[in-house]
Formats: sequence, C-alpha cells, structure tokens
Amino acid sequence: MNDVFRRTLRNRHPYMFIAPAVILLTIFSIIPILIAFVISFTNLDLKGLADWSNIEFIGLENYKELLSDDVFVTSLLNTGFYVVIGVPLVIICSLSIALLLNYGTSMLFKIFRSVYYMPSITNIIAVAVIWGYLYNTEYGLFNYLLSLMSIENIPWLEEPTIAKISLIILAVWKGIGINMIIFLAALQGIPRSYYEAAEMDGANRVQMLFNVTLPLLRYATFFVTVTTLIGWMQFFEEPFVMTDGGPLDGTISIALFIYKEGFQYSEFGYAAAGSFVLFMLIIVVTLVQFKLRKSDVEH
Amino acid sequence: MATAAKKSTFEKTLVTILLVVGGIVVSIPFFWMVSSSFKPESEVLQIPPTIFPENPTLANYVELFQSLNFAVYLRNTLIIVVFSFLGLLFNAMAGYGFAKFEFKGREKIFYLVLATMMIPGQVTMIPVYLLLNEMGLTNTMAGIILPGLAVAFSIFLFRQFMTTIPTDLIEAARLDGAGEFYIFFRLIMPVAKPIFAVQGILTFIAAWNSFLWPLIIANDEGLYTLSVGLSLLQGQYANNFALQMAGAAFMVVPIIIIFSFFQKFIVEGFTMSGIK
Repeated sequence: MNDVFRRTLRNRHPYMFIAPAVILLTIFSIIPILIAFVISFTNLDLKGLADWSNIEFIGLENYKELLSDDVFVTSLLNTGFYVVIGVPLVIICSLSIALLLNYGTSMLFKIFRSVYYMPSITNIIAVAVIWGYLYNTEYGLFNYLLSLMSIENIPWLEEPTIAKISLIILAVWKGIGINMIIFLAALQGIPRSYYEAAEMDGANRVQMLFNVTLPLLRYATFFVTVTTLIGWMQFFEEPFVMTDGGPLDGTISIALFIYKEGFQYSEFGYAAAGSFVLFMLIIVVTLVQFKLRKSDVEH
Repeated sequence: MATAAKKSTFEKTLVTILLVVGGIVVSIPFFWMVSSSFKPESEVLQIPPTIFPENPTLANYVELFQSLNFAVYLRNTLIIVVFSFLGLLFNAMAGYGFAKFEFKGREKIFYLVLATMMIPGQVTMIPVYLLLNEMGLTNTMAGIILPGLAVAFSIFLFRQFMTTIPTDLIEAARLDGAGEFYIFFRLIMPVAKPIFAVQGILTFIAAWNSFLWPLIIANDEGLYTLSVGLSLLQGQYANNFALQMAGAAFMVVPIIIIFSFFQKFIVEGFTMSGIK
C-alpha cells in the first residue's frame, strides 16, 4: 500500500508540469468545440441564454437555412474569390522575396529581411487605420499618385469587386512576412554542394532554380500552401476592420458572416452551424491537398 | 546561392535594385503613417499632399493622452502582456513535461493538444463567450486573459526544442538531489534560452496586438486595449487622419523597435524548430 502511494507521489511531476496548460486548453478549446457542435442543432439566442428552457432542439434546421441564406452564399463565393487570388499571390511573392534575400548575406539583405517582415507583425487595427487613409477616395495617397498619371479616382473600398481586390492587396502585404521566413529557413538548409555539382554539369542560373532549388523546396512549399490556404479560408480581420463586409455584402467572408450572426444578431445556434460548415470545408480542402501530395510523391 | 565567383556584378545590381524597390513599396504605409502623424489636422487633408510635414507638430500625440484615454488603454494592454508571459511559462512547462517525462497517456494527451491547433477560431469563439458568460467573467480582465494563455503551437515548439536537451543532464541533477521544479527553472530554462527568446517575442507581439477578444468581452471603456481604443478613435474621428496616424504609430513603432533588436532570433527560431 505504502509502495503504491509512494509511486504515485513520485510520478506526480509530469502531470504537474503539463496540468496548467492542458487544463486551460481543455476548457477553452476542447469543451467549446463540443458545445459548438451541440448548439448548432438548437435555436440558442439571447432568449435561450437568459433562460435555458427557451432552447429547443431543431435538428438540421440551421444547416438547411444556411444553404438558402443569400448572405451566406455570397460569403462562400467571396471567400472562394479571396482564396483563389490571394493564396497563389502570397506564395509567389513570399517565395520570390525569399530567393532575392537568400542571394546575399551583407547588412543590406538583413535590413531588408526586417523590412519585408514588418507588415506581418503590425497590429490589424493600425493596418486598417493606415490603409483606410491610403485608400481614401478624396484624400488618399493612392488616388493622388494615380492622378499624377492622369488616372481617374478609383473607389478602392466603395465598389464590391474593387473592394475585394483592395482587401487582397492589403492581406498579401501583411501575409508575406511569415511565409518568406519559412522559405528562407528552407533555402538556407540546402547544401552548397548541390549547386556546385549542378554548376559542374554546366547548368545556368535559371536551370539551377528550376532543377535544384524549387524541387528541394517542395516540403516548405507544401507547408506554406496548407497553412496559407487554411488561413485564407478563415479570412476575417481585413473585411472586419476595413469594410465590415460591405458594400452590399461585397466583401463579407464566411468567418465574418459567423461573427456577425453570433455577436451582432446573437443567433448563437445559427452561427455555430455556420462555423461547422467552415470547419468541414477546411478539413476537406486540407485532406485533398495531402492526397494530391501523396500522388505527387509516387510519380 | 552558388559559388561567389559566378556572381556577376550585373546580377548583383539587379537583385539589389529589385529588393530596394520592393522594400520601398512595402514600407510606404509605414512611412506615410509616421509622416502624417506629425502633420497638423489641416495639412493631412491638403491636395497635393506634402511628403514631409511642413509644420511638424507633436499635438496629435499629446491629444491621444490628454483628451483620449490612451493611458488607460496602454495600462490594460500591458496587463495582458504580463499575463501572457505567465501563459508562456505554462506552455514551456507543458512542453518540458511532454518532452522529458514518461507517463501514462502521454501520447494521447499530446495528440489532443495538437488537434486543438486545427480548430478554427470561429468555431470556439461563440462557445468560449457563452462559457465565460456562465462563469460571470464577461466584461472582466480575467475573461480577456484566460482564453489566450495556453497556445498549442507554442507547447509544440517548446516540446520540439526540449527533446534535444540530453536526458543525462537532468538525471545527473536528480542524483545530486535537485527537485523537479528547481531543475526546470535553474537548469532547463537557461539551456532553452533560444526558444524562450523566440517565443517571448512572439508572445509579446500577440499580446500587444490583441484586439478581437478584448472587443468581444469588454463593454467598459476602462477595459479596452490599445487596439480597441484605436478602432474607437477611427470611428469617432473619421476625418482626423493626423490623429488616427498618431494612434497607429503609437501602436506600431514599439513593436518595430523590439523586433529589429531581436529579429535574428526569429529566423533562427524557425530553423531551430525544424519547420523547413
């Protein structure tokens, strides 16, 4: 008996180390996902929150309603637009900048590494404030610069399609930094001998880029693609702070739709159903990517 | 990229020009923010705009603190920063626990931690709000701080780093009679300094920038963070761009300064954590 007690006491340490973080994660990540799943089948709103007896199970009603909700469909299409244009742009830009930065090691390159990383650590509200001013139709810098080339004022945030593109420009500017660092870390891991061998075979710069560098960046590219895609499917902050989804729901994304249903209209059950649709979409897209990668490796 | 001999002057010039031009384009918003923040209110609306302020003034910064509550927002933001470092300690302890101990359920619990990384923020946002509401923690500082303390990705990175610390080192300290927490604070933390540096910077940046959760939880202006205050300012002084730019600069410049001091750790940190 004494022995068992002693052993438990001796083994308590690992649990003491992991307990604070694991308990917090359980309360604020794992239990919430179960709650979200349950309430997505209910009509929980402010009335239900005040008195639990007002909550009713309505089965799949929320999910059915989503599909016939024009705003939700618009948010799906907008999110598709963001992903299809934004993700390739971010990847191409961050990879190109990483390749340029990897070219040299002088102070200049180190300084520019910081310059390109800066937007990604900039507070989103500060970003909204600055870009709101830059995009301003009358007083903004962008329209002033365009007017120098005698181009008419562009309604950066006032026309649905242009507004979507404006948000993408902003998000690409903000999204380059972190991916560039990942590419840079991968580039620095490529052994010099590979390039020397290619050089001896008489390969020129372009051939080296396509036959040595890019194939060796396969894992980094995959990692960046998966994380960027997941991030852009949850596109939220930019439309939230810049346009609040407008004009005419032209920039509303799925994530913003969920936020608005939940915190502006207090339709908690409906919003939870929306969040599960988003979750499923993310899982499907991620699985497809892993599938594609597998078949890619086989070839 | 390749051997130095092959790099022609032309190529080097081209790369440098591309980098500089791109860098200038990327920095325009920052430059415009700082420049406009020193302009008087009338000058920011001038067309054509002035590149550098003609009558530089500090009035916008003074107004942030005198007529607006930026001192309160700053205090709240700093409270969040301090507690986020407590969270960082929890994450480091958990990372150490998963890396250096054998115990029942280790794999399963660790996979559960990893699984939480895949849950989109939008899914947990509403239930966490409902939970805090039931606990009576909405509109309190505790409600703002608690949900963000434990970060699965941070636990993962700490674990990755700490697995590389030799177990013999820990065993030797145990034989000398050192307690487990003594070992963690006096032996492991100094050895794991690089990962603490990276995580420390990232934690600081995240806490300093925290916006959405304080916005959801805080109804009281007394609980607003700098970000929430700045978005309030943007709504109330929609056409006073000079004041808005001063608020933005006040948020952004400290981060840029801290980052430029520690940026080499961040790049090394990514290489170190094995995300290549």
